[in-house]
Amino acid sequence: MSDGTATSQPGISPAGLSRGESWGEWFDRQSRTFFIAPAVTLVLLFAIFPTFYTIVFAISHVRFSATGLKFRTVWFENFAAQFTGNQQVHFLGRFTSMSTAGWVFSLVTAGALLWWLYRAFVSGATWVGLAGRVISAAMAMFIALLFAATLLSGNQWGTLLNTLFYVVVGCSIQFVIGLMLAFLCSQPVIGKNFFRVLFFIPLMITPLGVGYAFKMILDVTKGPFQPFWKLVGLGNWAWSTDAWAARWFVILGDSWQWIPFIFIVLLAALENVPKDHVEAAQVDGASSFQIFREITWPQILPVAATVMLIRMIEAFKIVDLPNIMTAGGPGIATESMTLHSLFLWRANDMGDSAAVAYLLLILTVVVCSSFFNYVVLKRLRKARA
Amino acid sequence: MDFRKLAVAAASAVALCGWSGVAGAGQYDGITINILTRPGPVIAGAVSQHGKEFEKLTGAKIIVNEVPYAEIFPKVQQDWSTGTNSIDVAVFAAGWGVELAAAGLLENLDPYIAKDGKIDLQDIAPYFREFAQKIGGHTMVIQVDGDFQMVYYRKDILEKNNLQPPKTWDDYLAIAKAINGQDMSGDGKPGYGSCIFKKRNAQSYFAVQTIASTIVQTQGTAQGFQFENATMKPLVNNAGWKKAFELYKETSKYGPPEELNMDIGDTRALFKSGRCGLLIEWGDPGPLQLEDDAKVIKNKLYATNVGSKEVLDRKTGKLVPVSKESAPNAIDGINYAPFSAFGGWGGAVNAKSDPKVKQAAYDFLSFMSQKEQSNVDVTLGWTGFNPYRLSQLKSTDLWVKSGMDEGLAKNYMGAINDALNNPNMSSDLKIPGAQQYTAVVLDTELARYMAGEITVDEALKNIEAGWEKITRDFGRDEQIKQMALAVGPAK
Repeated sequence: MSDGTATSQPGISPAGLSRGESWGEWFDRQSRTFFIAPAVTLVLLFAIFPTFYTIVFAISHVRFSATGLKFRTVWFENFAAQFTGNQQVHFLGRFTSMSTAGWVFSLVTAGALLWWLYRAFVSGATWVGLAGRVISAAMAMFIALLFAATLLSGNQWGTLLNTLFYVVVGCSIQFVIGLMLAFLCSQPVIGKNFFRVLFFIPLMITPLGVGYAFKMILDVTKGPFQPFWKLVGLGNWAWSTDAWAARWFVILGDSWQWIPFIFIVLLAALENVPKDHVEAAQVDGASSFQIFREITWPQILPVAATVMLIRMIEAFKIVDLPNIMTAGGPGIATESMTLHSLFLWRANDMGDSAAVAYLLLILTVVVCSSFFNYVVLKRLRKARA
Repeated sequence: MDFRKLAVAAASAVALCGWSGVAGAGQYDGITINILTRPGPVIAGAVSQHGKEFEKLTGAKIIVNEVPYAEIFPKVQQDWSTGTNSIDVAVFAAGWGVELAAAGLLENLDPYIAKDGKIDLQDIAPYFREFAQKIGGHTMVIQVDGDFQMVYYRKDILEKNNLQPPKTWDDYLAIAKAINGQDMSGDGKPGYGSCIFKKRNAQSYFAVQTIASTIVQTQGTAQGFQFENATMKPLVNNAGWKKAFELYKETSKYGPPEELNMDIGDTRALFKSGRCGLLIEWGDPGPLQLEDDAKVIKNKLYATNVGSKEVLDRKTGKLVPVSKESAPNAIDGINYAPFSAFGGWGGAVNAKSDPKVKQAAYDFLSFMSQKEQSNVDVTLGWTGFNPYRLSQLKSTDLWVKSGMDEGLAKNYMGAINDALNNPNMSSDLKIPGAQQYTAVVLDTELARYMAGEITVDEALKNIEAGWEKITRDFGRDEQIKQMALAVGPAK
């Protein structure tokens, strides 16, 4: 009878065994489920449920009443409004005729994407892989056409390209500067610990604080740099009334805050590069640039790719800085998709707000997974090879 | 201690000693009233201060929740209609209440008023009493403020330049141009001809309506200037509004370089430091110039109403000169239509709050509105409360005591009385969706035009389309009915 305990069933009290022992075993076996249940429940409640519930808003027209929210299903009307309806100019920008530069850019992009798809097809990619590439290529072509029809044709662009501007340009600048600072601080320089702390501080500050600080610092008539602006002949120049200047200044504030994040992660990666590899290369007479390109970079690439991916996902959600520094202005020049959605929500236009939020989710997923699959993984494989 | 601080202390003492309204000492012990309004010190500061006084009088605890201006209405609407009900009183624009009342979210305050011997409604100017406070014939909002937008000018600067105060918007631009760049603050720094808060998602859309109303509305308040009230067809895509937009943009030539990114707090700081020659503002600059940090402009900032010599002919869609036919209410060849921008801050009570809380909330609003408190509040610039009671506007005594010289007090009261008594006074929207029509659609397109993203014609076309969409959403017939209730039968 000594093996009777091992064969007992959950919830059943076999003969010769106490009820407590069998429940205990059952709990033991189910412990994994019980331990993760709170976490799963929380995720379902606070992340997945709202995500699906937002769909209800996105396909509805919502009104407030004394008895709660009243939903009228409009299916894809709110999404259509962003592309062809009253929100089109706000979301996509304004289209007139396409310039020659716009046509050239579009055709070159189309050719490159077709070539990329053809290469994937002939190289024996799976159907799933091909489908993913087609989605990525379609998104890339759409963005390229939008870019060509707006900026390259002398027209204003909307919140979608504003968001991509913050993501692509902002993250690139932040990555390059963050990497440079990390590289400097990984060298045996005097006071490097002081600089490490100094460079890290901006990340601790709330984005709202950064927004207000930059708004004050950059005020040309009352700010602390007013004498400087006046000295260089810009005493009457208001960056906040110039679309491009305002966008760049938003990126400046964003970079000041987020470079430390890239800096600190890359610094940790750089410090983990085995010193004997570097010393061996030095003995072999390799230059500093060669050492960085051939030894350091391949070793920090996985971390660099990950940090860039996290930063990009975060950048897609930029809202605090343009809201505080310019309220999305001048006009809608600095309005990101998150801010667009926020403003619609603030106007109680829940349907359009949810639609923009969903479009942002789609854009983020496609761009970030494309970046990961076709840029990061490709380089990782290459580095490993 | 200067007079104004003394006045506040005295008013508080009088309030504490003499409160004998519906509530009594300790009557509301244990009751908490949650109030939502804009961030202080303007409005929220005064509400908080009176909250402390009320707490001493009645035991009710007043908690003031502050949110950015653009978030007040959606927060209240979401809180009340989703059953959250964390807010008992909203202090907001009188015109916003109608949408909440239509959804059954506002408490009818008539029964409370009937038992209240201290509010003295007859002392509230008829426009604010009958239009702003009432919805569908019932008082649902208690005014604590009265709003009109006017033009302010630096009397000393105009006199120095031998210029007369502006009567038309063309005068405004000519004066702004003439004085722009002059030292108006005495510190050698160049001043600005005109200062208007033009930041998006703030309150920029009011000033352009102050200009447009004088060109588009000619036949009296009931005519309106945003819509053809009988059909709710937007009246925005026409030569009148186009001229208003262009005039508004033209003022930027004589304003601070970052004017497009300035909200009302920024421009107030600027004119208090003496850097502005002309402003479009509410009643606040009158008492604000008496504050300690505005010594440069004390008793120098005068108010006036500005009009137009050209008005819109609605049949032809063109601008025509003012005549007896085109603008029967014109004065000396100028059509005035003083704009009750925002309509004044007022308090409304959540219909779903606990009955005892509702009574306490009403008593608090009544307390704030009573003459003992209100007649002091309106003389203090920082409160954000402007005159709305007849007792505040019948003599200069109140204002002279607050520190104004007799000339300024007469001018200030005169400008507000002229606005209030003008039969062509123009009204802010008081229909469902009021906030969306102006604070969202008009504000966004105006901002895009000001930034040079779109032309004036595109902006007006977009506004027309946006307004039509909102009207369709709420129902055209319902909106026509609400408009008639608000300003009277369409003419």
